[in-house]
Amino acid sequence: MINPILEFQNGIIFKGKSFGYEGFTSGEIAFATGMTGYPESLTDPSYKGQILVLTYPIIGNYGVQDLSSWESSHIQISGLIVSIYNETPSHHKSIYLLAEWLEREKIPALEISDTRLITQTIRDKGSSLVRIIINDNNIPRFHDPNEDNLVALVSSKKVLTEGQGKKHIVLIDCGIKENIRREFLKRDVKLTTVPWDFDIFSEMKSFDGLFISNGPGDPKIVSQTIETVKKALQKKVPTFGICLGNQILALAAGGDTYKLKFGHRGQNQPCYEVGTRRCYITTQNHGFAVGRIPKGFSPWFINANDGTNEGIKHDSLPFFSVQFHPEACPGPMDTLWLFDYFLKAL
Amino acid sequence: MKKVLILGSGALKIGEAGEFDYSGSQAIKALKEEKIFTILVNPNIATVQTSADLADKVYFLPVTPYFVEQIIKKEAPDGIFLSFGGQTALNCGVALYKSGVLKKYGVSILGSPISAIILSEDRAKFATHLKKINQPIPPNYPVVSVKEALKKAKLIGYPVMSRAAYTLGGLHSGIAHNDIELKKLVDSALVFAPQVLIEKYLYHYKELEYEIVRDKYDNCLVVCNMENMDPMGIHTGESIVVAPSQTLTNFEFHTLRNASIEIVRSLGIVGECNVQFALNPNPNGEIEYYVIELNARLSRSSALASKATGYPLAYVAAKLALGKGLTEIKNQVTKVTQSCFEPALDYIVTKIPRWDLEKFKGAVEEIGSSMKSVGEVMSIGRSFEESLQKAVRMLDIGVEGPTDNHLFSSKEEVLQFIKKPTPRRIFALAAAFRYDIRVEELYKISGIDPWFLHRIKYIVDLERSVVKDPDFPIQKNLLLILKQAGFSDKKIGSLTKHTELQVRSMRKKFGITPSVFQIDTLAGEVPAATNYLYLTYHGSHHDVLPAGKKGIIVLGSGPYRIGSSVEFDWSCVYTARHLKKYGKTSIVLNCNPETVSTDYDMSDRLYFDEITFERVADIYEFEHPSHVIVSVGGQTPNNIAKYIHAYGIPILGTKPKDIDRAEDRKKFSALLDRLGIKQPRWDSFTDDKSALAFATAVEYPVLIRPSYVLSGAAMNICYNEYELKFYLKKAVDISRENPVIISKFITNAREIEFDGVAQNGMLKAYVICNHIEHAGVHSGDATIVYPAERVRYFSGKKMIEIAGELSSALAISGPLNIQFMVKDNNVYVIELNLRSSRTFPFISKVTGINFAELAVDAFFCKAKTIDIPYPDYVAVKSPQFSFARLEGADPVLRVEMSSTGEAACFGNTAEEAYLKALMSTGFFLQKKAALITIGGTENKIRFAEPVWRLKNLGFTLYATHNTHAFLKSKGINTKLVSKVYEMKRPNVVDLIEGKKVSLVFNINKPEGEPEQLIKKEKTDGFMIRRAAIDNNIALLTDLNASRLLVNALDKYKVEDLEIKSWDEYI
Repeated sequence: MINPILEFQNGIIFKGKSFGYEGFTSGEIAFATGMTGYPESLTDPSYKGQILVLTYPIIGNYGVQDLSSWESSHIQISGLIVSIYNETPSHHKSIYLLAEWLEREKIPALEISDTRLITQTIRDKGSSLVRIIINDNNIPRFHDPNEDNLVALVSSKKVLTEGQGKKHIVLIDCGIKENIRREFLKRDVKLTTVPWDFDIFSEMKSFDGLFISNGPGDPKIVSQTIETVKKALQKKVPTFGICLGNQILALAAGGDTYKLKFGHRGQNQPCYEVGTRRCYITTQNHGFAVGRIPKGFSPWFINANDGTNEGIKHDSLPFFSVQFHPEACPGPMDTLWLFDYFLKAL
Repeated sequence: MKKVLILGSGALKIGEAGEFDYSGSQAIKALKEEKIFTILVNPNIATVQTSADLADKVYFLPVTPYFVEQIIKKEAPDGIFLSFGGQTALNCGVALYKSGVLKKYGVSILGSPISAIILSEDRAKFATHLKKINQPIPPNYPVVSVKEALKKAKLIGYPVMSRAAYTLGGLHSGIAHNDIELKKLVDSALVFAPQVLIEKYLYHYKELEYEIVRDKYDNCLVVCNMENMDPMGIHTGESIVVAPSQTLTNFEFHTLRNASIEIVRSLGIVGECNVQFALNPNPNGEIEYYVIELNARLSRSSALASKATGYPLAYVAAKLALGKGLTEIKNQVTKVTQSCFEPALDYIVTKIPRWDLEKFKGAVEEIGSSMKSVGEVMSIGRSFEESLQKAVRMLDIGVEGPTDNHLFSSKEEVLQFIKKPTPRRIFALAAAFRYDIRVEELYKISGIDPWFLHRIKYIVDLERSVVKDPDFPIQKNLLLILKQAGFSDKKIGSLTKHTELQVRSMRKKFGITPSVFQIDTLAGEVPAATNYLYLTYHGSHHDVLPAGKKGIIVLGSGPYRIGSSVEFDWSCVYTARHLKKYGKTSIVLNCNPETVSTDYDMSDRLYFDEITFERVADIYEFEHPSHVIVSVGGQTPNNIAKYIHAYGIPILGTKPKDIDRAEDRKKFSALLDRLGIKQPRWDSFTDDKSALAFATAVEYPVLIRPSYVLSGAAMNICYNEYELKFYLKKAVDISRENPVIISKFITNAREIEFDGVAQNGMLKAYVICNHIEHAGVHSGDATIVYPAERVRYFSGKKMIEIAGELSSALAISGPLNIQFMVKDNNVYVIELNLRSSRTFPFISKVTGINFAELAVDAFFCKAKTIDIPYPDYVAVKSPQFSFARLEGADPVLRVEMSSTGEAACFGNTAEEAYLKALMSTGFFLQKKAALITIGGTENKIRFAEPVWRLKNLGFTLYATHNTHAFLKSKGINTKLVSKVYEMKRPNVVDLIEGKKVSLVFNINKPEGEPEQLIKKEKTDGFMIRRAAIDNNIALLTDLNASRLLVNALDKYKVEDLEIKSWDEYI
């Protein structure tokens, strides 16, 4: 019997205390710097395959509220690391303790005091494969989730149409956060959610705009989605993408993407809008970014901290996308206007 | 924009304290970077912002419309900053705008539009505005009379909140449960404010604050949000506050964030703004919140937010006011990111106010919707327990944590102290868990969110588990858990019957030592070049490398309190900065978020942590610096000096054994005797009998005090045996281990402040100032004059001689302060302090010689001998009192200090400087009418001549019976008013309440009114003084100060007071 540990592929080990599901897991490690919104983060499908370190040291303070505050129907991360788990939450809407929820959803979680050191390790050495070992009977192999088609795992399996609005938007679900759909539906549209590999242009008659959602992993794996978007661009269908959707649009239009050293995951990322004095505080969760801007497109948003691209826009046609998360949840709601911007383009 | 005028906040007072030294200093730095000529108006001479290296020009003049207008006329600035000097600066600026002065001289207001400021300050207009933009406000009505208030209260339903408009720190606001309470509140509020707001009392709602910045391009962000542990009803300045919020979901956090941004945008704020919300913990529906307040300026909370996040709010706000965009300002802390972002914290910050209510005779202990605290501490930890326990220790009130104060004798008493908020509530909460009272019950009576209560319970439970099993050595694992929960070595030692040092060596053996972490604003996401540090036991690495032998630790002052305030921060700042000259790495340790010493660019390294032996030793053992400086932060570092020394840590400056010879009363007395230096006769006593015999032998009056004194705590003058017996009984309660000191009190003696710097026993420079008040008034409450006009040549020479002898005898290297007393040409030494004194910034600024820097030079044996020429100007320092905020406190000068701040001004004569200084502390004459009540024949005789002069100046004079009769016998007619006990109306209190007079002289008999304290009766004198304070009428209680004032009024009209900047004097 050994103490629970978090082990990096290069052998670095952090001892911890288990507070979630007593099982093993492996995945890619990532840290997020938001100070609130752990239920939203844990259920964000973009985190599929990842073991998440929350840099805010006290987690669990307000328990877990019901499904209406989640970003998908269950926990998406493979494992959770916090400095201190709070087992005495206080909130009128809390229905479970965080630990109960993790247990129920079979997600291992560790308390490791020095999460700052883990964060610095990731920051300095880049993202890495890690595993959580609870006891030495069950030692998982290091598994690279980026080799999987994670999108296929989290995308919806069937077509769903909601809303009665005049404008009809087709939404490619690559692992969508629920709040994107809520924001669209709030704006009175007809919204058809389709799986990532759905052949839209053969199956659907007419619609006004295409939306490509966020999602996990390497965008280059979802070649079918890229092909669909290529068609949309040829047909000049107004197209808007968020996060993975931004990368897919870039690839479909002939640009390129690359893997960041350790990604952007937090709720305080400043992005300025090119050609203006405006800078927005955004929520981000991505390990890949757009490198080469496709022909005919221009940079739309730039990360004010590290200068990476945060959005592209076509010079004349209604094709645009952003790397950050205007739908927030968790995080600031300062760029919700992008949904209106898209609807205006239809 | 070439020339900008900055308004400061004046003397420190309750509700407006050191935070504005921080904000003003940062603003000046930001302006200077833009090559703008800066002019500062601030009579607070102890501040860093009024030092030579900051503003280009400083005016030590009152921040009032009249004086600021004169300065504008003279200096012709292009712009003015109103938002860096608290409510004082804002009110002054608004008045100048409204009277058209700013327009007349073409001065533009920089930063937020004045319309927004005016709107946000007028509660009714602000409420209408919020309604317009669909932001919820509690149901409320503005009223201008008591009658109207009662009517509206009926409409809303009790309890209601009554708030006065245009005041600082919630002055004269409160909660009323019935008509009687409301009438009292509104009555007192209307004295100070033209309008009062009656609103729904948000019982047990959570209180939250957001700190927002916005630039002229409409970029807007929230730098920090904070959650008050205490629910609504307790002023945020009186609440325990944490950052970031702990109990808010993402939805709640961001709904309020959005609301604050919407409000800030709607007002067009450019710069910094603070919005306060009330949030219903059990809402109907998704969320229920109300906007409570908005401050369109830097505030106490913004200072806290700045230190809590590492985001230099004031600096950024100043740049924004100049028209810069948030993306154009580099992040000064990280140096790698920029200012347009929201800090991510990976720690929790706890702020606890520091009250000093026991220092005010008679003050009511209950806290509520108006401020009473005089300072605050901020602690940083990785768990709430760690952060809270640290914060409690930082208060420096002699406790090791919330479980350490066994103040309560029964369960009922504990519950009472939880129901009724006082400074003791945090201790009552811990005590409640010892009585096994449940979290749910405590929540019900306190409204403190169960999240916090559970954490306090955890601390108590943990402590009890140790008490049950006092095994030593403690298991390594338990020891680590205790340290992570914030227990000090000393506390663990007391639980396990071991010494602090035994616990320390035990935990070091186990390898349990704290980690040094950076505050980097980014939760570790990017390597940051920050020097802002704290210690935590929730870590397994250090973020930085030790500074090594080049390092020198400078201990700061800790929380501001009565007797230890911004003046020690000034010394700390200039000491730390001057170390650079000697190639040293300055390492500052402090825990007070209102200070400049905790700014990111004041030292090479800053530890925002406890000033305790344990922490200093931890930092020393990590950094391996060459020395620690203990002599510039006032009493707090001084108190731990001997433990630091005993542990083997080298102290820079005068040797600790010599410090002890000055501090140990017996040793010092023997030294004085050996050198043939006079001192008042004294002795120490552990029993009443010998004490009483001594007093009889030396003859009353005598001064009684406990062994260790800060700001005259528990010091009293006794005029007879009855009083001495009373205080002897009291003194024993205060401290059992330490004997009581009794000394002969010399009446009508002059008190002299002697400050200097010595090097290896040689006096290198000194300054002599005299008090206006006679000995018996605490030096912190005294009016101090430079040069010492009232010291005769012979006495002055004697003092220099004595200082030289003492310097040599104690081999002093560094600062020294001697308090002398002179009576009949005899010079007595009252005390010697081998640390920079309260007067250090004053003497530095009035002479133009930085004594803090000189002390550093002396540490390194490089101090030059400076002969300071007699000046052709006079400077006077006046105390600032905050009695108006302290219900029940007796506003009389005593041996115990009660002032909260000070102001100093220059003039051609002492009278001119005094008048300016008095006006800087709020003195103003609305009309020529004065009330005179004088006790004692000698006082009456000595004050008769000044009264005669007042009469000739055209004053209408009122006097109580004896005074009236005496003056009449001298041929001075006054209007007779009856005392309260005479049961005739109108009486003297009616006169004051009716604003018939604008000046009250209430001068006691020399023996004062001790019967009040002893019998707890309200005397007429008390009622007169209190009425004057409560009605904002100038009050003088000291004979010498009153005489000086009358002389000043005789010589000067306001127009005669010269408008000259600091550099025009020296």
